[in-house]
Amino acid sequence: MPVPSLPAELTRSARAIAEAVRARRVTARAVVDHYLDRIARHDRVVKAFLHVDPADARAQADAVDRRIAGGANDGALLGVPVAIKDNLCTRGLPTTCASRILEGYRPPYDATVVERVRAAGGIVLGKTNLDEFAMGASTENSGFFPTHNPHDLKRVPGGSSGGSAAAVAAGLAPLALGSDTGGSVRQPGALCGVVGLRPTYGLVSRYGLVAFASSLDQVGPLALNVDDCTLLMDVVAGHDPRDSTSRRTSWSDLARGDGGGTKSGGTMSGNSGLAGLRVGIPAEYKSSGVDAEVRTAVEQCEQLAVAAGAKLVPLSLPLTKYAIPTYYLVVTSEASSNLARFDGVRYGPRDAALDLAATYAATRARFGDEVKRRILLGTFALSAGYFDAYYKKALQVRQCIAREFDAAFRQCDLLLGPTAPTAAFPLGEKSSDPVQMYLCDVFTAPAPLAGLPALSIPCGGTKAGLPVGAQLQGPSGSDARLLAVARELETRLALDLAPLEAPRG
Amino acid sequence: MADPVGSAAGGAIELEPVIGLEVHCQLATKTKLFCSCEAGFGGAPNSRICPVCTAQPGVLPVLNESALELAIQAGLALGCQIRVRTKFDRKNYFYPDLPKGYQISQYDEPLCEHGRVEFETEKGRTKVARVLRVHMEEDAGKALHPEGASSSLVDLNRAGVPLVEIVGLPDLCSPAEASAYLQSLRRTLRFAGISECDMEKGSLRCDANVSVRRKGSEKLGTKVEVKNMNSFRNVERALIFEIARQSELVQRGEKIVQETRSFRDTEGTTVSMRRKEDADDYRYFPDPDLPLFEVGEARIARLRAALPEPWLSKRTRYEQEWGLSEYDARVLTEEPATARFLESAVAAGLPPKTAANWIQGEVLAFLGETKGEIDRLRIAPTDLVALVKMEESGALSHQAAKKVVRRMLETGEGAAAAAQALDLAQIRDPGALAAAVAEVLAQETKIVADYRGGKESALNALLGRVMRATKGKGDPNLIKQLLLEKLRGA
Repeated sequence: MPVPSLPAELTRSARAIAEAVRARRVTARAVVDHYLDRIARHDRVVKAFLHVDPADARAQADAVDRRIAGGANDGALLGVPVAIKDNLCTRGLPTTCASRILEGYRPPYDATVVERVRAAGGIVLGKTNLDEFAMGASTENSGFFPTHNPHDLKRVPGGSSGGSAAAVAAGLAPLALGSDTGGSVRQPGALCGVVGLRPTYGLVSRYGLVAFASSLDQVGPLALNVDDCTLLMDVVAGHDPRDSTSRRTSWSDLARGDGGGTKSGGTMSGNSGLAGLRVGIPAEYKSSGVDAEVRTAVEQCEQLAVAAGAKLVPLSLPLTKYAIPTYYLVVTSEASSNLARFDGVRYGPRDAALDLAATYAATRARFGDEVKRRILLGTFALSAGYFDAYYKKALQVRQCIAREFDAAFRQCDLLLGPTAPTAAFPLGEKSSDPVQMYLCDVFTAPAPLAGLPALSIPCGGTKAGLPVGAQLQGPSGSDARLLAVARELETRLALDLAPLEAPRG
Repeated sequence: MADPVGSAAGGAIELEPVIGLEVHCQLATKTKLFCSCEAGFGGAPNSRICPVCTAQPGVLPVLNESALELAIQAGLALGCQIRVRTKFDRKNYFYPDLPKGYQISQYDEPLCEHGRVEFETEKGRTKVARVLRVHMEEDAGKALHPEGASSSLVDLNRAGVPLVEIVGLPDLCSPAEASAYLQSLRRTLRFAGISECDMEKGSLRCDANVSVRRKGSEKLGTKVEVKNMNSFRNVERALIFEIARQSELVQRGEKIVQETRSFRDTEGTTVSMRRKEDADDYRYFPDPDLPLFEVGEARIARLRAALPEPWLSKRTRYEQEWGLSEYDARVLTEEPATARFLESAVAAGLPPKTAANWIQGEVLAFLGETKGEIDRLRIAPTDLVALVKMEESGALSHQAAKKVVRRMLETGEGAAAAAQALDLAQIRDPGALAAAVAEVLAQETKIVADYRGGKESALNALLGRVMRATKGKGDPNLIKQLLLEKLRGA
């Protein structure tokens, strides 16, 4: 029996879905059925999901409907299905980080963000594909299968949250959670033509996010538009006592505008929006490595901002070129330690061998090449005799980069530039050249090193119809302001932000 | 490089051992260091675990502040300087009992530094050994290798239990000194309420760094680390063996290899575990999950003020203010619970010496015989007050009081109830005693005659007869008084 489609205005807006469910114009069950139906029809080619449990999703939807029938219609995400990146723990549902080493693992607990999605009436729709342990920029490093870009199935969706971005772009889920360590929410957002926010470090709890590089990992929303992105932030952001790196500032204070700004004194001029805004344009973001079509799209964005009353401030961030080496020293060092727990002793598959060392080796051989490469690099960077030259030096450069941002935010309110140097590239193009793949992070790695918020919004496309993303970066705690500015840009860009009717190519 | 030991040519060299101890001690918190699991001992394997201490993917540590405070108090009790801001590092290594593949510890910025342990040498002199540092870390679980089984088992109940590691400088010159240092350190920590320090339960563990050098030399010899000494006696045994082993090598002109050796309880020997070149590279780095923790001067001041009185100062106070003998003061400050019992009894109104006599005598003797613990006694310190009052009032003789306290300790009865049950209350009714006195005087005419003849001691003989007639329950003072009245009056 064919599933009746949701009205178009609902498929364009998660907020509209929640309102419709709250007003009982549509049931949570009907919403979930719609998305399960689309997954059934299109995910065979997109391959955004690693695990979908239709019965479980429907049971969650029925529970929400009963909750509403019982008169409890609060909850910002009533009946809204959310695709969850598979490095976020979901109680009783597989959580694999797209790694063979966690094949069959079902966590005994929900990540804080998942708990909050459920509490807000949201539905855990399924677990999305990623580069194994979030290490990659194309989702080709998944231990199971690559995800395809719904705008061109021969191309990558970006990564590591490629499954989440592709799911939203293809209309397989109205909202998704990803994680961003060096660009893993923003870059796939850009490549798939959706909005992706990397929050200020500490704003969203990491409890239940399987650690890749703890000092950089942040959970972030992916959505069709800025408003939905804000909606999901409203639900997941805020202090969590289970995460010692969680900020005390509440999200609602930041959203009201009285918790943001930087300690270095950078203040947002004006209330919100573009009028009077000082928009920093770093020269380094226009380097020769940026694809011409990407550059053109971002420059159109600049002109829109000027037309809306913003002032462009040309500036320079000369340390940008050191962000990639610094980033890869920090993340590999932390990853080498974070991934030590996958030893086959307590959970996950164990490949028993003759003795302990051989069992460790056999079990950990399940890691893919990129994960092994990073564990090796990080183990080396932390080892006696090299620590000072590599890890310690990287921390020093990291501080310099943070100071450079501080200085920039004394000259401007936020920075505008491309999210990624190119639009989506063909599957296989970079997978044999890790350094080329690492360079995808050139514009997204600096902000995490400084703990800063950054988001990517669709800002046009290439002639071939591939989306291009523009990145806004702001001072620590300016997340709500970034969203407000992005929302105005989005309005002025007037792009069609509907999900794809069907995957292309 | 000059060898501090020198060459063996020309006969025996006079050598001296140099010893430093590294002590791990479990902090007496209710819960583990980074999760809310109970931090107990024993129990069914894996009955006190959660996602955090089993290192499920995605979990994060949250510092137990009461563990931090106990660690600070440990530092304060040892006279350390405390860092106002502290950080945690990861010590990376693989072992099945280490769930995360790293231990959260403190590397280059320990919480406490520059402390001291005061102890008494065999010659009765007081010596001070320096403590380099006291840092916090989490305990690992236990890997069990059942005899004959083809697989090993892991119990994670202990994983994440808070520890302090107390690193002593190599200031100890003999196994006996090492033992005295360890005893004193243990007592200090127990009196400060920081840890049970029970070696049998593993809440106190000790490793030793041992080397030998030519007597009088300033330079240290090559050190060997000895592990797995699970009792005070074994610490001494292991050190005696290890010093002898190293001395013999030196006397033969051989080099000491820097290594870690394990003590074998059954043979009383040490065997090599691993050499320095096989030592792990722990790849320490700051734990990104735990930001810098502000301890703050105010907190340190509060914890210092809240620190219980150290045992050494109690010992001095008992001697100087309470007038107890050196021996009593020493015995009563062996264990915190004994000192507590004494102080409660004194607070309840007993003169310190009286309280000390009863506790040191009857109570500790009873505990020794029954292998009991003073914490688990069936009587409270206040119960002694009633007993002493009965004795002072003459209701009990001293001998009877001893019997009564014994029964109190055995049954938990109060002094009056115990005295009654034993039928030991003194007869203090002059009427009841007068009959016995009259009877004795009538019968013992010869003794009466002796007394009247001027033999004073005959009075005591008469008293003894009356006591016997009252089965020892007559009040001797009253009897004496009655005898005198009768003898003079007659």
